[in-house]
Amino acid sequence: MAEPLLDVKDLKVRFATEDGIVQAVSGISFNLEPGKVLGIVGESGSGKSVTAMTIMGLTRGVNARFDGEVLYKGTDLLNVSDSGMQEYRGNEIGMIFQDPMTSLNPVYRIGAQIAEAIQAHEEVDKRGARARSVELLRQVGIPNPETRVDDYPHQFSGGMRQRAMIAMALSCNPSILIADEPTTALDVTIQAQIVELIGRLKDDFKSAVIFITHDLGVIAEIADEIIVMYAGRVVEQGTTRDVFYDPQMPYTWGLLGSIPRLDRPRVDRLHTIEGSPPSLINLPQGCKFRPRCPHAFEKCTEEPQLENRVETPGHLDRCWLDVEFKRNHRDETISPGSEEAA
Amino acid sequence: MVAFLIRRFVGMILVLIAVSFIVYLIFIVIPGGDPAQRIAGRVATPANIASIKHELGLDQNIFVQWFKMVKSLLSGTLVSYYNQTNVVQQIKQGIPATFSLCIGAGLIWLFFGVLVGTISAIRAGRVADRFITALALIGISLPVAWLGLVLLYLFADDGLNTWFPPGGYVPLTQDPIQWAYHLILPWLTLAVLFIGFYGRVLRSNILDTINEDFVRTAKAKGLSSQRIIVKHVLRASLIPIVTLFGLDFAAVLGGGAIITETVYNVQGVGWYAAQAIGQQDLPPLMGVTLYGAAFIVVFSTLIDIAYAYLDPRIRLT
Repeated sequence: MAEPLLDVKDLKVRFATEDGIVQAVSGISFNLEPGKVLGIVGESGSGKSVTAMTIMGLTRGVNARFDGEVLYKGTDLLNVSDSGMQEYRGNEIGMIFQDPMTSLNPVYRIGAQIAEAIQAHEEVDKRGARARSVELLRQVGIPNPETRVDDYPHQFSGGMRQRAMIAMALSCNPSILIADEPTTALDVTIQAQIVELIGRLKDDFKSAVIFITHDLGVIAEIADEIIVMYAGRVVEQGTTRDVFYDPQMPYTWGLLGSIPRLDRPRVDRLHTIEGSPPSLINLPQGCKFRPRCPHAFEKCTEEPQLENRVETPGHLDRCWLDVEFKRNHRDETISPGSEEAA
Repeated sequence: MVAFLIRRFVGMILVLIAVSFIVYLIFIVIPGGDPAQRIAGRVATPANIASIKHELGLDQNIFVQWFKMVKSLLSGTLVSYYNQTNVVQQIKQGIPATFSLCIGAGLIWLFFGVLVGTISAIRAGRVADRFITALALIGISLPVAWLGLVLLYLFADDGLNTWFPPGGYVPLTQDPIQWAYHLILPWLTLAVLFIGFYGRVLRSNILDTINEDFVRTAKAKGLSSQRIIVKHVLRASLIPIVTLFGLDFAAVLGGGAIITETVYNVQGVGWYAAQAIGQQDLPPLMGVTLYGAAFIVVFSTLIDIAYAYLDPRIRLT
């Protein structure tokens, strides 16, 4: 096993708000090895973006409290000062955000914004930085990068802006690229291109990737490992194979059932997970998914730990249901109607 | 750009025509506004008044009257009803004093407005912010006339201390040191209100901008906090300040600093306007109003050009 690049140990993030303490992340642990892709999946408010932003040190503030460790090459980033984090942001860890429409500064040229990232970390002159920007834009597939480098963001389409964001995030050859819902604001054909681009560039740049999304379908192709989050907790964690072919958590089934699939019989309606995620200030007792879970029983009022319950080591979940019961019943959720068809 | 300038120029002319006519109308309509009656004095006979009216052309159609006045103003021959001085000459005489007052005060209020607004936003909610907010609200609430008189009383000759002269204006070309020395109190008096106001506006702009996604991107690039504030946050937050400054600055240059000029006896355009108002003297008022309106329309065009430069998404049309 290669030396982990990033080792997150039991990270907890709390925010004090006027309404009370928000438990945004209550314990997440994972390793990221060079060249690997980790997918973090969950609904809005499940803590996936907060986890990513905390790694970058972007959630700090007077109201934020952190526990656990975020070890990057052995350094706990939680203990690095905000100005010390400048060395890591962009340089060691690059980040792409959800909405490329608002994530670029509208008043500066695309090239200048990429060059700014390069000059923040390396001793290069303006012309050198500009040449690098052109080259990066070419690598992310912008046509005519020599002229487009002088365009303003509003002259780019949504997909092109996200490509420019990727170019910016990769400009200093970071060891880790964090993509926080990079495809959510884009239409479906562009989504596929962006995912493909990230998959290709991580090999070119030899970066590890943390890919955050609410759509399991998006990361099926490129993730090596998947973490499913719910209400600030990890509810299932395993290799992509484990999560897709042997999902243990009814919540994961719901996510899988909500993706339209071509390899399964067509259904009239996709599955929906009834209800909405709980308030992070006032969490339900026991399993946090219990109020929305069709299979909940008495034991679920007691919170299950995240542990290994199946034969495959490293495949963790938080569900009291019997493994055999789950294997027999999960297809009702994941592909409703397929039993009759088969 | 050329089409834009031509269109704006035509617009300016139309605005100035409308402004001059409205001023004329207001003056004729107000009770006791009839200049002939005042010129004739208290014991005037109707025949007397009628002859003065005829002499001034006030017995003609109002459009003709207005047109004649604007024409003589533009040809530089318009004279005061009150003391027969040439209006254009008088305004020209006042310009150096007004410009000295306004450019100095403008620089002071822009600099300190941006400074306190930025500090206040960066330290939002903390002691420095609360202190600045309190001072800004006091500054906004102080009547200029009162502030001017209090400063004179506290710091000028004939008052408690004698650090500053009690008003007056010394031309820059005559003695630069005396020029600045005489203008310090007027500069501060005129600037205080604007500093408070700009500080408040900028503070809320910065607090809005700081939550923008592109600021988070800048931080994620690993930029230093100073660079983020100056290059990304301030740049966006200052755009509305450009509008405010353009219009406020145009207004004071155009003779709007009436109270400050009067309190400190700085005999500029505003002071001249105050005299004319006191004497209900229409020609100088007409001259000063058009002079001021011209500044406003020219500066609002300049603001639009500056906008297009500051925000590339804006096109001049």
